[in-house]
Amino acid sequence: MKKLFSKEFLTRNETLVGVVIIAFCILASFADANFMSIPTLTDLMRGGIVLGIFAVAAMLVLVSGGIDVSFTAVAVFAMYTTTLFLINYAPDMPWYFAFAISIIIGAGLGAINGVFIAWFGLPTLIVTLGTLSIYRGFVLTFVGSKLISNLPPDMRGFSRLMMVRGTNADGSFYSLPWAFAALVGVVVLTWFILQRTMLGRAIFAIGGSVESARRIGINVRAVQFFIYIYVGALSGLAGIIHASMSRVANPFDLVGLELSVIAAVVLGGARLIGGHGTLTGTILGVSLIILVRNSLIVIGIPSTWQSVAIGALILLGTGLPAWQAKRAAARAA
Amino acid sequence: MNTLDSGAKNTLIEMRSIVKNYTGVVALDDVDFSVSEGEAVCLVGENGSGKSTLIKILAGVEQASAGQISIGGKNFDTLTPRIAAAAGVMVIFQDFSLFPNLSVAENIAFSTQLSEERRLFNKGRVRQIAKETLIRVGVDIDLDARVETLPVAHKQLVGICRALASNARLIIMDEPTTALTEREVSSLLEIIRRLKSDGVAVIFVSHKLAEVLEVSEKVVILRNGKKVAEGPASDFDAASLTRNMTGRDVAEGRPNPVDPEAPILLSAKNLGKAGAFEDVSFDLHKGEVLGISGLLGSGRTSLAKALFGLVKADRGTLDLDGEVVDLGNPLAAAAAGIGYVPEDRLTEGLFLTQSIVRNVAIGRLDNHQRGGLLDLNGLWQEATHWIGELKVKTPSVEAPVNSLSGGNQQRVVLARWLSRAPKVLILNGPSVGVDVGSKSEIHNIISELSSSGIGIIVISDDLPELLATCQSILVMKSGRVTDKIFGSDISETDLAQRLAS
Amino acid sequence: MSNLKPKSNLLASPEARLALIAIVVFVVMSILSPGRFLSVANATSMAFQFPEFAILALAMTVTMLTGGIDLSVVGTSNLSAVFAATLLTQFVDPSLTGGDMFMWLGIAVVAAICVGMLAGLFNGILVAIFGLPPILATLGSGLVFTGLAVALTGGSAVMGFPVGVAWLGNERLFGIPIPLILFVILALIISFVLTRTSFGFKIRMYGANPLAAEFAALDIDKLLIKVYVLSGALSAIAGLLIMSRANSAKADYGSSYLLLAVLIAVLGGVNPYGGYGKIIGVVLAVLSMQFLSSGLNMLQVSNFARELIWGVLLIFVMIVNTQKSFGFGAKKKSSATT
Repeated sequence: MKKLFSKEFLTRNETLVGVVIIAFCILASFADANFMSIPTLTDLMRGGIVLGIFAVAAMLVLVSGGIDVSFTAVAVFAMYTTTLFLINYAPDMPWYFAFAISIIIGAGLGAINGVFIAWFGLPTLIVTLGTLSIYRGFVLTFVGSKLISNLPPDMRGFSRLMMVRGTNADGSFYSLPWAFAALVGVVVLTWFILQRTMLGRAIFAIGGSVESARRIGINVRAVQFFIYIYVGALSGLAGIIHASMSRVANPFDLVGLELSVIAAVVLGGARLIGGHGTLTGTILGVSLIILVRNSLIVIGIPSTWQSVAIGALILLGTGLPAWQAKRAAARAA
Repeated sequence: MNTLDSGAKNTLIEMRSIVKNYTGVVALDDVDFSVSEGEAVCLVGENGSGKSTLIKILAGVEQASAGQISIGGKNFDTLTPRIAAAAGVMVIFQDFSLFPNLSVAENIAFSTQLSEERRLFNKGRVRQIAKETLIRVGVDIDLDARVETLPVAHKQLVGICRALASNARLIIMDEPTTALTEREVSSLLEIIRRLKSDGVAVIFVSHKLAEVLEVSEKVVILRNGKKVAEGPASDFDAASLTRNMTGRDVAEGRPNPVDPEAPILLSAKNLGKAGAFEDVSFDLHKGEVLGISGLLGSGRTSLAKALFGLVKADRGTLDLDGEVVDLGNPLAAAAAGIGYVPEDRLTEGLFLTQSIVRNVAIGRLDNHQRGGLLDLNGLWQEATHWIGELKVKTPSVEAPVNSLSGGNQQRVVLARWLSRAPKVLILNGPSVGVDVGSKSEIHNIISELSSSGIGIIVISDDLPELLATCQSILVMKSGRVTDKIFGSDISETDLAQRLAS
Repeated sequence: MSNLKPKSNLLASPEARLALIAIVVFVVMSILSPGRFLSVANATSMAFQFPEFAILALAMTVTMLTGGIDLSVVGTSNLSAVFAATLLTQFVDPSLTGGDMFMWLGIAVVAAICVGMLAGLFNGILVAIFGLPPILATLGSGLVFTGLAVALTGGSAVMGFPVGVAWLGNERLFGIPIPLILFVILALIISFVLTRTSFGFKIRMYGANPLAAEFAALDIDKLLIKVYVLSGALSAIAGLLIMSRANSAKADYGSSYLLLAVLIAVLGGVNPYGGYGKIIGVVLAVLSMQFLSSGLNMLQVSNFARELIWGVLLIFVMIVNTQKSFGFGAKKKSSATT
């Protein structure tokens, strides 16, 4: 009989996270027969849109061997500036116009990160830590610090565009907004870039060894520049979706989420040293975090313990491979 | 054996009157260098002789200050890495410059894909390129394996394949054999022969070349930025290479015999660790210098580390002065009086960005503190004393240790351990990366230390070094001690045979 | 990634450049708002404001010197404060005064610091024994600590302490604000520990090259655990200060302080990859930032502009520290030019 699962498959983070998700679902459906239902799924999917796009962005940076903590501030900057601009100058523009502006602003801010990282060669953590402060400070100082709740009509309209809508057997409603398609689009596009273009392979190569990449003639600067622009664009998209779906543009939103997003990505198997990371793992990591957030109560853990549970999952998910690696190193000598 | 092949060979590389100045220093002074198609050339020289600079200029990494370069009959004013690569010059660096996280296939085909200026990544094509190249080299490596999981020899082969895949006409190999075992070296040489018959030229850059002499046609020796010798490989042997590299005969004496009355200092019994070494027993006497040799992969480094507790032996015992030493605990080993000077000075031995005095003082912290509080004066005085004792040449002990030459850096590591008055000192590759002059001085230090009563273990594959310093030599092969030789009884060639057989 | 080259000219050290920045900011602010910036009132208000996050920056610095980081400092400080607060509200009558009150305050302080040290011990074990990368270990543990504080309080603020609690964060001793005194003492202690003890010596050497530290037979596990315990203790002290100034404890106080603490440490010249950093640099970084934000405050610049300017300052200092000149491509193009 052929081996169904390779040893590598069994020890991968994706597998571990997948198993935890399944275990969670089994436990939850024992506790609540209605848990395994379409509403639970659509809630999960809806909750995963913004977080998922952020996570894909964060994963891309980790693969290249960097770390980005500024993406939430980029999202807020892009989303808030776009909304304010539309309200004051072009309130009747269609939603995709708003999306385009937000994405362009995001890409521009990403390009600023790119300049410091690719041209000045500064450490990514420090650059993005600095720009996190700068972008957020700039928005709040020069653009505005007030909540905007009267979004342009078409942005509100966007949030009502439903992909799926229905009623469950027990009479509860469920729906999945079209915004979810954005996440699917982002995942597909990123998959294409990473797996089917030389640019994507160069991102992996840089994450594996910058020096080797330089030596074989990869234009490291250009690749890094692209990464941060792309990540900025994704953040801009996530920001505007967040505003549309919550029907309010709040400049104090999102910032503070960056470490949880990175945690979800790392849980999914991306490594801080670069070169490793998959979309499957990223999506699984995000799913687990959202599942814990939405449904911890179902398996009998009070929601005040949410943060502890997520923290413990991160420690377990990263600690187990680290511990295995350490033991293997001691054995090999 | 390596006489002219049939047909006239065309000159592939022609470097004429190459000069390279770094601010105030002449790294290369009017050097001519040429390589023909299908020719293998050994480029030899000590550290700082200019051989690396010459290679960097040829690879386009650095630009010559003056001189002409032509590749395949075409003249180039300036070479960049891209131009050099396009002209078929490929360098396989000592670290191979591979991507550990990518598959074998992708590593092999990456530069080809780049030079074809492809935008899309075609997995099938990548596998095709990799497969063809592996067949051409005549080796079989799993195309989907991630490179980080491969043994060193396979990584090197992947590096060679990558160069070939992008139509290399000249492959430059930097220190190609240092990380290989004997068997791996011979299969490498086989591959080199195949490449040569395909018309690919090879340059070996090394300071240890006995192994590659047999497949080479020509030897070029550099010293202080000048070409001092050039000729057919058959005209050279190990001794003449050394003479030309250093400009003098380094005749080394033999060590003094051990006092037969000397008591046993360190005694290892049946030490073993699964997958590394098995059943190792020996006694080290006071004032004795014991060599442990073996090819790479013989378990010599694992054993050395196990003696210092950096690797935990599964079985066996270690006694020092009749007291049992805890296995797998470097702190216990150090406390018992064992010192260990590691193989890789730069990554394992030194705190490069820190000052010389701090690098020595780190060994004596415990003796200059009361309740955790350091007596900095006393600590600095003692460290400075040992720096002087070992004649480290530096304008200031506060200078960072990375400003020193290899030989002086090694003295700093030695000073750290000697300041602790060790009973046993384990030196792993004591003169790796040290120029020949400093090497003999380090050998003198070893002999002085042993006559002061310290027991010394030298782990090395440098046979002249072993013969010059050790009274007895243990030979290891696949984890076992296969031979114990008394140094005075054996010549270098005999020893080499016993190692390899 | 080694763009830290030794340079020798005036202002060669990052600390010297920082001192210059601090002075320039001070002078500019004094000129722009004379009378207000240079007033006793301003000096005192600054001295009450910065110590809480400056102490967190000290904690961050200690871990960064080993090439690690402690992202759990804020979680630790809130957990410690919440623990002390719960202790006080559960067992002590808020109207208590005199000797009994001081005894209970003492107990609360010791308990908080113990909680902080335990949290640090947990981090240290994760990093040293289990081999987790510090950034992940403390990211996860930070969530756990914050989560425990939430679980302990249900997420709301704990208040209703005896009057003595407010003393630490709001009173003066000989006219000097107590938070400032506390910070100065801690900075001196940490500086002393780093430069004059074998523990500090080892921290720096380990940070410079962990592998060489292992080969030099340093007790690395113990060293790392001690470092994170120290960081936990400092975080707990910062937590007590925050609690005293707010006269309450809550799981999500000071959440903006985490990145601020990293920012200050890096701005202060601490190498985030380990091996280099001086407490004086961190102090100068704190002062520069505080001068800047106070001064801007007086110039009627919005509070949020502080963040903006901090970020600019951080990146500016990093560029100066790593770059020889501002020209593009001046980076290690080849060793020939250096």
